[in-house]
Amino acid sequence: MNFSLSRATLIAEADLVGIAGERAVCDRRGVLYFPDLRLLAVSDLHLEKGSSFARRGALIPPYDTGATLLRLQAIIADYQPRIVVSLGDSFHDGGGAERMHQSFREHLEAMMAGRDWFWVAGNHDPDAPADLPGETVRELAIGSLLFRHEPSKLRVEGEIAGHLHPCARIVQRGRSVRRRCFAGDGGRMIMPAFGAYTGSLNVLDRAYAGLFRLETLMAYMLGAERIFAISGSMLRPG
Amino acid sequence: MPPRYLLRVTEQPRLAEQNAAVLLPEPFVRWFGEKGWSPRAHQLELLAKAQSGQSVLLIAPTGAGKTLAGFLPSLTELADRPKRKPGQAHRGIHTLYISPLKALAVDIERNLGKPVEEIGLPVAIETRTGDTPSHKRQRQKLAPPDILLTTPEQLALLIAAGDARRFFEDLRYVVLDELHSLVTSKRGHLLALGLARLRSYVPGLQTIGLSATVAEPDELRRWLVAQNPPGTMAGLITVAGGAKPDISILDSRERVPWSGHSARYAIPEIYEAIKQHRTTLLFVNTRSQAELLFQELWRANEDSLPIALHHGSLDVGQRRRVEKAMADNALRAIVATSTLDLGIDWGDVDLVVHVGAPKGASRLAQRIGRANHRMDEPSKAILIPANRFEVLECRAALDANYLGAQDTPPLIKGALDVLSQHVLGVACGGPFDADFLFEEVRSAAPYAALERETFDRVIDFVATGGYALRNYERYARIRRNKDGLWRVSNPRVAQQYRLNVGTIVEMPELNIRYVRQGRGMAGRGGPVLGKIEEYFAETLRPGDNFLFAGKVLRFEGIRENECVVSNGAGANIIVPSYAGGKFPLSTYLAEQVRGMLADSDRWKLLPEQVADWLRIQQEKSVLPKRGDLLVETFPRGNRHYMVAYPFEGRLVHQTLGMLLTRRLERAHARPLGFVATDYSLAVWALDDMAASFKARKPSLGQLFDEDMLGDDLEDWLNESWMLKRTFRTCAVIAGLIEKRYPGQEKSGRQVTVSADLIYDVLRSHEPDHILLQATRADASAGLLDVSRLGEMLSRVRGRIMHKHLDQISPLAVPVMLEIGKESVNGGANDTLLMEAADLVEEAMGSGHGSNSRKSV
Repeated sequence: MNFSLSRATLIAEADLVGIAGERAVCDRRGVLYFPDLRLLAVSDLHLEKGSSFARRGALIPPYDTGATLLRLQAIIADYQPRIVVSLGDSFHDGGGAERMHQSFREHLEAMMAGRDWFWVAGNHDPDAPADLPGETVRELAIGSLLFRHEPSKLRVEGEIAGHLHPCARIVQRGRSVRRRCFAGDGGRMIMPAFGAYTGSLNVLDRAYAGLFRLETLMAYMLGAERIFAISGSMLRPG
Repeated sequence: MPPRYLLRVTEQPRLAEQNAAVLLPEPFVRWFGEKGWSPRAHQLELLAKAQSGQSVLLIAPTGAGKTLAGFLPSLTELADRPKRKPGQAHRGIHTLYISPLKALAVDIERNLGKPVEEIGLPVAIETRTGDTPSHKRQRQKLAPPDILLTTPEQLALLIAAGDARRFFEDLRYVVLDELHSLVTSKRGHLLALGLARLRSYVPGLQTIGLSATVAEPDELRRWLVAQNPPGTMAGLITVAGGAKPDISILDSRERVPWSGHSARYAIPEIYEAIKQHRTTLLFVNTRSQAELLFQELWRANEDSLPIALHHGSLDVGQRRRVEKAMADNALRAIVATSTLDLGIDWGDVDLVVHVGAPKGASRLAQRIGRANHRMDEPSKAILIPANRFEVLECRAALDANYLGAQDTPPLIKGALDVLSQHVLGVACGGPFDADFLFEEVRSAAPYAALERETFDRVIDFVATGGYALRNYERYARIRRNKDGLWRVSNPRVAQQYRLNVGTIVEMPELNIRYVRQGRGMAGRGGPVLGKIEEYFAETLRPGDNFLFAGKVLRFEGIRENECVVSNGAGANIIVPSYAGGKFPLSTYLAEQVRGMLADSDRWKLLPEQVADWLRIQQEKSVLPKRGDLLVETFPRGNRHYMVAYPFEGRLVHQTLGMLLTRRLERAHARPLGFVATDYSLAVWALDDMAASFKARKPSLGQLFDEDMLGDDLEDWLNESWMLKRTFRTCAVIAGLIEKRYPGQEKSGRQVTVSADLIYDVLRSHEPDHILLQATRADASAGLLDVSRLGEMLSRVRGRIMHKHLDQISPLAVPVMLEIGKESVNGGANDTLLMEAADLVEEAMGSGHGSNSRKSV
């Protein structure tokens, strides 16, 4: 069966993964797209992280919001999703939306227009972003999927979460390669952080303890042109 | 034994005595008399110049009594100063002594204290370093000593304090020790700015610079005084070198290897030399070489001679123990890297062995100066070349030493990241006027050519980050008030500044924590053995054995900021590579080596086996004329090779290799890789490059054209990991991101923003930002040696000598042996990921591979 959709040239049957019965694309740019639902999920945008640091005296370049939005816009233009779920920590702090430069705000609003947009509450941004459209929710269930910011301690089939900023590391021929990744074990999926200034934490770190069945853990590492699926046994800590 | 900096004999006793009576206060004359010594001529000359109000540069070899000379103006003046009466206000610092090493400050305190006490001078001498407890620092602020011994970073901190002006108001002299080593780095820039500030507080301030012999003394003379008017210089006193050192190159009974750096072939001969001397100091260029040599020496150490290891990654306690044992003459040999280069005076070394090529003639002279720390006796040194090219290099360095040639690097323009740090520091100390500060900064020699526009951009950077998108006005760190003066906007800024002061930015490092064997990661923490760079630890697998601190260690794992190890053993032992400590071959030596190749008369001085090697090269291929660039091409296996011999050092060759491969790729010659040594580089390709040259597609001249330094270089640079590393250093120094402290690493990845991410964002949004400008300047000056590459390319224009051969030439063997030994750091990381993903597919069958349907 050849899968076809409005922007179907992007999606080949071979690139699809199954999550709790739903089919999804792990896009190498760090987003998940569910073609049947026309739903795009993106996590940990951390918009206005730059200005959040600047407020505390570290004047790092104020271009992170712009850079993040530009990347997101390109992806939205590719998939034309009906629903966008921003999986929490969309803003680096509660005042982020307010601080956002007017031009960025307009950019974001243009991207949101004509689609259902959900702001899932995160630990950095528990409240609805100021003066922005979209619906703020604690969690969101669609079909067999459950979107929430922090992965729950209990096992939940079909849970899509962010929060931990997973990355994975391999050593091949004496050289170490570390990349952001999607991490999944067949039960849940934790998404990589999308924001321009977001760091990452190795999936083998303590913070992930108990979240995955280690024997089926896979890291989908983000490459320059594609995703690389690496089994848990190949991964290195640190 | 008398303190080493005083000498019993002088060359001109009569003159010295006459001058001494005029210049020295009575207690000094009496003290010299009691000791049976007389002051040396240059000590009195310096005193005379200082008393006439001049700043002075004293260039003298080790052992010439430099330190006492430097302090005599202060001590004589302090001797005449009336005592402070009880109830009188405390006086400020009289003399500031600044050295590049904490240990040196401590050493001077010890050595200066004795004569001060014996002469009966009412002079308080104290140190202030990073190790000084806070209560002592506070006390020093309230009751300053007469002489304060400190480091450039501490000076920056003192200047950033609110009471700086008062603290320094009585300052008369600044003594700068080991000036030749201070001025070549960013620390030197920070120090130059600090001095300029001190001169603003105290216009009559005099400086005294103490230096080893350098190529351009005038650069240092300008550095010491305000460049107002530009070109002003301090006075100069030069003490001729002492006895000529007795240097030889090991003429080994064994075969000198073609390549490599271990000098393993010479171990029996080195060991023999150690046995024949009291104390031997063995210098190597890198920490890895130090580890290897130490290991090999102990393997040969049948008599169990006390042989120790000393390098910068070892635990401080361990280093101090070695230094103490050395001072007590309890060691027979010490294997050391550049940590021991500077003028600390320990023990009775009677032989210096330099393993590997010295890379610079001045560096060799300074290292040999360690032996036999007395000016009047010849130092004895043996050079051990590790391979055949190094034989040539050692010979060239040796000739240069006899000629007294110097090849210390030229000073570079003041860095903008350092200036940013300084501007913030000045603001922390009190309000400043931008016009006034600009003039002050320009009075410091490294910043003499600074333009006002650049200075204003630095201020803007310090205030709000200096971005075109003016988003951060409300978060400004410094602000200009109505009175026109700049001030810090809140006290937190000053706190942050104090934590981040300095220009030394280390690579992220992990402590090496020892645990008992068999306990794995669960083992309780034993002692810390030292530090290792994070990127090396990351390539280890549990169970790997590696060499550190002379021990074989088994890697257990990484726990927070620690690399956990236990006792190791086994045959496959890895030697850590370290990013630092690789010196480039000096331009001067490179030229000497090229000259030696071209002149067969000089081969007589070389060991027979090396001269033979050159003769066979001449028969089978050709040797380039001085100033020419030889390029050989030959087939081998199913590949085509091109070997070029620029002799410009590895960094230059690596950059050149990267650029040549790009060009060959565009010419469809299908290059596969390259490898570089200090002397040559080899590129290999699927296609016959000689045929391409012949067809002028491209010609050799086009291939080596200078225009490669344009777009190709720019493209490659921007992606280069080296540039990212340089950016991180600049960003930390400029105060954009904070230094990483031990213990913060755990949460580091999530809480801070990595410099690499900032670099990527800044480069795509504001490529002309001042910090990127500073980064590029750094990279092209130091890291990549781009300017040197440019000079080389312009030198060889029209002088490239192409020799096509049927097979590999003798001269090409060393670089060809390097192929496969090291990987080139390119952008091919995705290939590695692909391999890993394919491995999974292979092992697990389809369904787990990356291109087939996945189940998650």
